[in-house]
Amino acid sequence: MTETAVPPGKAPATAPGARTTRRSLPRRVLARPEVGALIGALAVYLFFFAVAPPFRQMDSLATVLYQSSTIGIVALPVALLMIGGEFDLSAGVAVITSALTASMVSWQLTQNVWVGVLVALAVSLGIGALNGFLLMRTGLPSFLVTLGTFLMLQGLNLAVTKLLTGNVATDSISDMDGFGQAKAVFASSVGIDGVQVKVTVFWWLGFAAIATWVLLRTKFGNWIFAVGGNRDSARSVGVPVGLTKIALFMSVGFAAWFVGMNQLFSFDTVQSGEGVGNEFLYIIAAVIGGCLLTGGYGSAVGAVIGAFIFGMVTQGIVYANWNPDWFKFFLGVMLLAATLVNLWVRRQATRR
Amino acid sequence: MSDTTPAFCAPELVGSSAAPPLVELRGVGKSYGNVRALHGVDLVVRPSTVTCVLGDNGAGKSTLIKVVSGLHQHTEGEYLIDGAPVRLNNPREALGRGIATVYQDLATVPLMPVWRNFFLGSELTRGPWPVRRLDIARMKRVCDGELRAMGIVLDDLEQPIGSLSGGQRQSVAIARAVHFGARALILDEPTAALGVKQSGVVLKYIAAARERGLGVIFITHNPHHAYMVGDHFTVLRLGTVELSAARDEIALDQLTHHMAGGAELAALKHELAQVRGVDTDELPKDPDAAPEAQAEAEAADEADGTGGPDETREEHTA
Repeated sequence: MTETAVPPGKAPATAPGARTTRRSLPRRVLARPEVGALIGALAVYLFFFAVAPPFRQMDSLATVLYQSSTIGIVALPVALLMIGGEFDLSAGVAVITSALTASMVSWQLTQNVWVGVLVALAVSLGIGALNGFLLMRTGLPSFLVTLGTFLMLQGLNLAVTKLLTGNVATDSISDMDGFGQAKAVFASSVGIDGVQVKVTVFWWLGFAAIATWVLLRTKFGNWIFAVGGNRDSARSVGVPVGLTKIALFMSVGFAAWFVGMNQLFSFDTVQSGEGVGNEFLYIIAAVIGGCLLTGGYGSAVGAVIGAFIFGMVTQGIVYANWNPDWFKFFLGVMLLAATLVNLWVRRQATRR
Repeated sequence: MSDTTPAFCAPELVGSSAAPPLVELRGVGKSYGNVRALHGVDLVVRPSTVTCVLGDNGAGKSTLIKVVSGLHQHTEGEYLIDGAPVRLNNPREALGRGIATVYQDLATVPLMPVWRNFFLGSELTRGPWPVRRLDIARMKRVCDGELRAMGIVLDDLEQPIGSLSGGQRQSVAIARAVHFGARALILDEPTAALGVKQSGVVLKYIAAARERGLGVIFITHNPHHAYMVGDHFTVLRLGTVELSAARDEIALDQLTHHMAGGAELAALKHELAQVRGVDTDELPKDPDAAPEAQAEAEAADEADGTGGPDETREEHTA
């Protein structure tokens, strides 16, 4: 059958009748989306390990991990969303919106902080659903839709906070009912071998495990790849495209809520103007981790590594006693390098 | 027509003209406002036959597919599935009745592995809800089995489907339609964007689908491809049926002649004669005797001498 179509002189295929040979192991490993990021992470780690002696201590690693986790928790669903072919520029300020909501609901209504926490969860999921719904109904690019919600939330954060508290920050809720419990969940530390590790690090890794499982082992994960890879094809074989995207936006909302709660219970108060610019850090972490901007390709593990690289660079510059003004420059270089590596890897993976 | 069914087919499928039609169109027409895209079209699709629908651009091929696949509704005539008149509202209903369409753009996601593409939208799962997960082993096994049944052997189902050739991708799409219960398969110009060798691959899978008992509607504008696998030929022109013939009633050169426009081609030659710079003396005298068609006809004649049109098909598709 098919072997007659192979011109003579060509190397015979491995299986009889096969036109394709099994791709070699290195190529299959390279085809994993997170490989480029892993190599990058190793390089950055060794670099700072060499130039910044304080970086070598376990305490420093815990700090790096904490820094990484606050970005990484949101970067995970942002990566899934990007695999699904969409952006969320509102994620950075949505974190603050969530923290402000929890803080102000608790303080203004003099409620147990858990009431505020749950209201904030509902608000965050609502913002995600709104983003997804607007996207599906208007057919506008997510860049525009979420840019709109980003600006709206930024304005609301400032205006509502000033209206209710007369200040740009919320009042401290540290003496309110349930604060201790909530702090234990969202912002405590766990001692491991004398090193205090923030609890968000464990949440981060736990969420990453769940995200990876969902992405690679469930029907929903299959749909994420499909809606990002070819939306029309996905629709024509019966994938609920709208539902998938709305669920992805809501998962970003959930992560924004979680990090917002971490901020609130770490510092007792929230500055209403913060969070602007963080949306790009999430997207950068996802891209460094191997997600394609065009969708359809990427991994949750990659986003973890991307966030870890981000954390290492942020803290490494401090430990190396460099001027932190250079930080954004390095971030830009890394982003470019990561994108080029991704491009190359994808060509290798799909080359015939 | 009966002797065109390969001898190794299941006995009940031989003599397919006796089998009740899967899909039948009786005088079907379709108007878009006051544009009549299709008018008075009769078409019969039986199990284990390939019905070729040929026609130039704008002949009404696409409209015909859209009616049969449920994308549009006919405005005149009758559309019968299994002998009962139907009115399909969307492609999903058509699919539910076993009529699957493989479009040119294939509905695949290039960066996803072959097996994920195969089951996309109909994934197999196992386990209770919170931990309900993909049954990857079973999906790969089924996918491999179905592809092998179609004669496609891939030893790495994890490779992205985008890394397959156009013909292979088309074949995976056909295998998928077959697996998910298609009894009638509509192929929209599957060979149009493919090279010669790739077209051969697809034609082979069309033959394989027929051997599995499917009724195939093969839309094409290439009479050579149609003649290699077709059991019945319907040529559309300006929205009506110009020719409807079983395989044993028509030869390739006649089909080519009808496809090429027949009388229109003579008129075109006449017009060209009035354009300076075109030497009409060098053009063939008779459209039927175009060099390409001639060569094909000779090949067909040779094959006819040895063992009937079926041999021709085997020779071309093997």
